[in-house]
Amino acid sequence: MRCRKCSNKAVLGIPRHHTAFCGTCLTDFVSQQVVRAIKEEDMFTKADRVLVAVSGGKDSLTLLDVLHRLRYDVAGLYVDLGIGEYSRVSKSKVERFTQTRGITLHVHEVLEKEGAGINDLSDRIHRPACSTCGTIKRYHFNRTAVEQGYAVLATGHNLDDEAARLMGNVLHWQTDYLEKQGPSLPDSLDGFAKKVKPLFRVAEREVAAYAIVNRLDYIVEECPNANGAKMLLYKDVLNRLEHESPGTKQMFYWGFLAMQKKGSRQRLSMAENDRAILQPCLKCSQPTTSEVCGYCRMMARAQTV
Amino acid sequence: MKVLLNHPVRELDIPGPKRVKDLLQELALLPESVLVVRGDDLVTEDDTLRDNDRVEIRPVMSGGGGTNALP
Repeated sequence: MRCRKCSNKAVLGIPRHHTAFCGTCLTDFVSQQVVRAIKEEDMFTKADRVLVAVSGGKDSLTLLDVLHRLRYDVAGLYVDLGIGEYSRVSKSKVERFTQTRGITLHVHEVLEKEGAGINDLSDRIHRPACSTCGTIKRYHFNRTAVEQGYAVLATGHNLDDEAARLMGNVLHWQTDYLEKQGPSLPDSLDGFAKKVKPLFRVAEREVAAYAIVNRLDYIVEECPNANGAKMLLYKDVLNRLEHESPGTKQMFYWGFLAMQKKGSRQRLSMAENDRAILQPCLKCSQPTTSEVCGYCRMMARAQTV
Repeated sequence: MKVLLNHPVRELDIPGPKRVKDLLQELALLPESVLVVRGDDLVTEDDTLRDNDRVEIRPVMSGGGGTNALP
């Protein structure tokens, strides 16, 4: 397989874009997708201080790497969840990553500040570890961003994360969450940081390929608490659909975003919508979206055969 | 060839030559869910793996948490 841009040997085929890239062109592609996301969703500018939540995984380290290379003013935030060896390894990878690039790193130690690790805390309150973890991370991401004066908090959610999350919200008709699911959430009130997801245009496999090509030392091991998590199930289902029909994930999520934007403008009733787009056919007077209706066009063609 | 798999970590001996696409099919793995790394380099589905290659099948899916949690 050859790179569609430069003809060098490809390292990744991307069926959803009918293309394939070598390492250099893949790196350019991911950077371009991030830049497009930042601009289209009005996420931040080079004048803004951006706090990137980093876990030591491929997504957050890729995001930090891309933004740092693009010369955005970035810092990292690592929340040490106190999950034994997993946290020790991921923290050391984040520290090495930021030190070698001269990036400021904030660290919040859950064990020290909350008095127990995630697993102990979730046992105490009888909640699943993932749910406890999510609450703690969201809280400290927001709090650190606001208290340290960052303009925006960026997370490494990719296209697959967002499509899987959308699938979960649709399956359970979590309409409140659906309204809030987007790649750029405003700082709508005091004490609430703006939150953005600059990787939402990049598929998880493309992010992982970027990390490998650029030799990012990320933690491959999955969080021990994630075993059997719903998100992984939804991602697996979406990957099966993607395999049979490339582009499914982006159509699902980007289509949702397009509908959301349309809905945020004044939503027309079906009758109003019909009145806005339909007109009488010049030949038969039946309603149509074009000058001559589909039936009349078809019959006209049939009569000429 | 030596094939390293993750989640859980294990190593398999599989005879080559074999195309990446065929190896994934033999292991019942979806190409969308993994990347194949030979040495330090990514290989694509049409690449052929030789008998003396060392290959890692790197999973790309991650993410615990509820559907509205952060990664």
